[in-house]
Amino acid sequence: MAKTLAEINEKIKKGEAVVVTAEEIIDLVDEKGIKKAAQEVDVVTSATFGPMCSSGIYLNIGHSKPKIKLGGGKAYLNEVPVYTGFAAVDIYLGATALPDDDPRNRVHPGEFRYGGGHVIEDLVAGKDAKLVATAHGTDCYPRRSLETWINLKDVNEAVLFNPRNAYQNYNVAVNLSHKVIYTYMGILQPNLGNANYCSAGQLSPLLNDPYYKTIGVGTRIFLGGGVGYVVWQGTQHNPTAPRTEKGVPRSSAGTMAVLGDLKQMSPEWLKGTTMTGYGVTLSVGIGVPIPILNEEILSYTAVKDEDIFAQTVDYSEAYPQRKSGSLGEVSYAQLKRGKITLQGKEVPTGSLSSYAKARKIASLLKDWIKKGEFLLAEPVELLPSVESGITFKPLKERPIR
Amino acid sequence: MLKKRLVLTFPQAVVEEPITYRLIKDYDLVVNILRARISREEEGRLIIEISGEKEALDKGLNYLKKIGVAVQPLAKDVRWLEDRCTHCTVCVPLCPTEAIVVDRERMEISFDKDRCIVCGACIPACPYKAVEILF
Repeated sequence: MAKTLAEINEKIKKGEAVVVTAEEIIDLVDEKGIKKAAQEVDVVTSATFGPMCSSGIYLNIGHSKPKIKLGGGKAYLNEVPVYTGFAAVDIYLGATALPDDDPRNRVHPGEFRYGGGHVIEDLVAGKDAKLVATAHGTDCYPRRSLETWINLKDVNEAVLFNPRNAYQNYNVAVNLSHKVIYTYMGILQPNLGNANYCSAGQLSPLLNDPYYKTIGVGTRIFLGGGVGYVVWQGTQHNPTAPRTEKGVPRSSAGTMAVLGDLKQMSPEWLKGTTMTGYGVTLSVGIGVPIPILNEEILSYTAVKDEDIFAQTVDYSEAYPQRKSGSLGEVSYAQLKRGKITLQGKEVPTGSLSSYAKARKIASLLKDWIKKGEFLLAEPVELLPSVESGITFKPLKERPIR
Repeated sequence: MLKKRLVLTFPQAVVEEPITYRLIKDYDLVVNILRARISREEEGRLIIEISGEKEALDKGLNYLKKIGVAVQPLAKDVRWLEDRCTHCTVCVPLCPTEAIVVDRERMEISFDKDRCIVCGACIPACPYKAVEILF
């Protein structure tokens, strides 16, 4: 029996909705079967927590007296450069931005102790940030420099706006070379010394709605500890990636662009992140509720780690040189056990995505919904799926003579 | 028999003293050097596992203190900052002594100080700077 989203919201308002996490639904379906579970369950909560580089915040800092036009000028928050190419006092700070004088990889591997992601964490933790700006000065905005402390509570708008988050599946990174490499997938020991993965697997949002039948523009979500929204497909959204018979992508596929009020968020779910020898980023906690509108949607949410496969990729050569080819497919059940076998060798695994934190988000979001504090939103437009034909294109370089 | 893991800090004056030899020969102690370093300031740091009879051990440690070597239990030098840890597990395969272990049911890590040899492999691996080593 199919349900509508409005019916589910009515039940949420009355405190009668049956909400389970994307982990709990697995046992429930095993026990009761798809049909019965679909009748009983109204919402399944999915979640993920991990480094997501295409993240950042925009702030409107308010006007100084006399006024300054940061647009076209230069500005820094805690020494980290922010983008000023907007109006007078709107700035955007990206998660991977680094202070101009950071030594980066001049002595390899660089430490990358502080950058955009860390400024974001400090701001949501309520700490003051030092804003230093210079501008060209105009008749209407005469001021040319500004140095001031700012605090999240004092700025006008503060919005987390991430162009690409929550990848639907991802590579497992290994190193076939004979020396240690430092990547965005962590430190990779030579000769298949370790294998790093980055997905919450059976808890991950887009793996629980593999064809984006419920997630789209306007979907209300848990974002960084506050309430946010899916606002578009994320960059590099690739619904046409190869899939298993059950529809689960076998490699990185869909993505989401998300947005939410930074002032509601917390440093527990937005963490400045350092990848030695690579750079800085922001780890983001996201939870997505999936309305159980019918049996098909429920059956997708019952996906298990053993049904989700990822490709192992060599980050010493294949990845940087854009050479295709996987060293083999492994399931998240294997990855989570801590060891996989590759080329006849037992390789220990590590994860960049925190399953423990994803589990906590799924359960927090479940509580919000059960208490009637969080209603589900009907998407205005679903994320483009397989039939859109959208693919992830490489750059066609056209040398400039 | 008692066994201890210790961090020894030597001032410049005793850097050239053959203290390991003395501990073994004069005090009949078993000394296993886990890590050794002399800093630019010429201060020496030695991490050892030392075992022997209680009396011999006490005397050996007394000797160290007498010549000016600071003795600290090893665990004091390694700090797992649990509040910064996200339990992502990326450090786990890099730990050579399985001092960082994952409860596979909870998918949470725990740190077993007794197994840690302060090799430092987890330090650059941690994206959240949740491990500190004072070495």
